[in-house]
Amino acid sequence: MSTVLSAPAPLRTDDVAARAYEPRSARLRAASPAEAAAELADISTSIRRDIITTIQSAGMGHVGGDLSVTDLMVTALWGTLRMRPAQADHPQRDRFVLSKGHCAAALYSTLASCGFFPRSRLSEFMAPLSPLNGHPARLKVPGVETNSGPLGHGFPVATGCALGAKLRGETWRTIVVLGDGEMQEGSNWEAAMTAAHYELANLTAVVDRNRLQQGARTEDTKSLEPLDAKWASFGWEVRVIDGHDHRAIKEAYAPSTTGRPVAVIANTTKGKGVSFMEDRVEWHHKVPTDEQVRLALEELNR
Amino acid sequence: MTSVAEQAPTFDCRADFADELALLARTDERIVAVCNDSVGSSNLVKFREEFPTRLINVGIAEQDLVGVSAGLSNAGFIPFASAAAPFLTGRALEQIKADIAYTHRHVVLCGQSPGMAYGELGPTHHSIEDLSWMRAIPGLDIIVPADPAQTRSAVRWAARSGRPTYIRVPRFKVPAVTPDDAPFEAGRAVRLREGSDVTLIAVGTMVSRALDAAHLLAQQDISARVLNMTFVEPLDVAAVIAAAQETRAVVTAEEGLLSGGLGAAVAKVVAENDPVPVRMLGVPSFAPTGSAAFLLEHFGLTADGVAGAAREALGRV
Ligand SMILES: Cc1ncc(C[n+]2csc(CCOP(=O)(O)OP(=O)(O)O)c2C)c(N)n1
Repeated sequence: MSTVLSAPAPLRTDDVAARAYEPRSARLRAASPAEAAAELADISTSIRRDIITTIQSAGMGHVGGDLSVTDLMVTALWGTLRMRPAQADHPQRDRFVLSKGHCAAALYSTLASCGFFPRSRLSEFMAPLSPLNGHPARLKVPGVETNSGPLGHGFPVATGCALGAKLRGETWRTIVVLGDGEMQEGSNWEAAMTAAHYELANLTAVVDRNRLQQGARTEDTKSLEPLDAKWASFGWEVRVIDGHDHRAIKEAYAPSTTGRPVAVIANTTKGKGVSFMEDRVEWHHKVPTDEQVRLALEELNR
Repeated sequence: MTSVAEQAPTFDCRADFADELALLARTDERIVAVCNDSVGSSNLVKFREEFPTRLINVGIAEQDLVGVSAGLSNAGFIPFASAAAPFLTGRALEQIKADIAYTHRHVVLCGQSPGMAYGELGPTHHSIEDLSWMRAIPGLDIIVPADPAQTRSAVRWAARSGRPTYIRVPRFKVPAVTPDDAPFEAGRAVRLREGSDVTLIAVGTMVSRALDAAHLLAQQDISARVLNMTFVEPLDVAAVIAAAQETRAVVTAEEGLLSGGLGAAVAKVVAENDPVPVRMLGVPSFAPTGSAAFLLEHFGLTADGVAGAAREALGRV
């Protein structure tokens, strides 16, 4: 009864998608936030569809947080950072770290859209021996800077990336996206102090403030407010935005003007874009039925 | 083959863990549950309904979880600190050492969904290192229940022991293997089957598979003794020495890392006493992605795998 499976092929650049990504992303990066917004919103919608079908095929996944973080991630990877899908380890690349690593489906869908690997491989999400683990693994997926999933790891690593750039006199920048529940981990506040102390103006930390965590609302579990004042008191420049407004997100991702690291508190909705999932804690980790997938895709196609 | 693992009904022991804890909490007001945004995954929703003030949720903060539990113990409570096993043991390792074990706090650390129960979520979420990590800390009892009855016994035992304790609460579904009259004592293995050629020593998920392996071996005229080594710490040293003296080989099986786990503990005792061949089954390195059932197969953590290791140790291949 032993199942003999050969490991799937490693993930390699999707040349066609990567070639399409480069000029389009360059244009979106150079465009004003207002000009880029509609196009970034379109990309986000297609990523949301991929998230739904990826989770459907895996039969597992953290769909609520994936849909919450999509606009923040798409604006980072398509509209702000200089990613190099054909040379994922290029030393001059900008760094993107997803600290809330349970939202791997959103990250994989976005990386595939950029051409880091073929979109068709998304169907292998969490399959036996798949490189597409339930949580991002650096050694398996091009474009993944560091392993994440245990909460409270990505931010210190991202701080090190930014500190490294500063020490080397390099110009590339780092964006790290955190869950709001994740902010309850002490390691994050240690990193927040380090980044402020070293004046890492090349670092942007984004909090996906959807106000829900695994079991309940953040404010009913262990309250975070006043979150903006906390970041400010740790020495950060704070920008509070609507985390589904691509224009606002792109503006908030603009480099620091104060010489301090920038914290973006992005007010979001868990499950965004699928009405029956929005702001509902049970969709933290739940798989839609086939009928729910149909309804979700219908909403996302509108 | 009469398969214990494949034909008998199987159980997710988190329900037994939570029921037993509530049962004890009804008569002992010192018992509190502490968790990390894991009320649902620790199966503590009902506990919270019954004892709203005695379920403390510190949020996603495992170091805080263990430190706060140490403080609650200081204040006269008996905290059951519950979180996913990889984060509870790994993240708070130093708190477990300094605040619980070295301080000798009666705190019960409850590692939920251990081993490769979170298979598809990948190695960051596998708890294969926990037995090695916890064994490295002096003065900590380590219990690996194999079924619902043992999970309940573990909770009862740990509530009364007065000792720092780690319980690995199974999520991977296991059949009932414990006889009704089986003892539950620190440092006492349960002999589930007599045998004279080889001794199979297993914990947790692997106990029913070791029993199945013994059936397979019997068909080849190999008589296998099966020990359920529920307490990895304190280990039943006498049972291991007896195995080495009375049978010709020892096989260990655990859903965990080979370095530093049950196998290492057993091998040390065998090597220091009457050496016989030892074969250790477990996980050699970071596992790939896949369901727990798939990964157990992948690493040969099956009845066939255990039987094969036994034949090899006996030179009967
Ligand atoms: C160290 C650690 N503890 C617990 C968990 C289990 N866990 C996974 S996701 C999650 C909730 C995360 O909430 P949040 O950061 O707000 O993410 P989002 O709501 O955006 O999905 C928890 C507790 C974990 N992955 N890591």
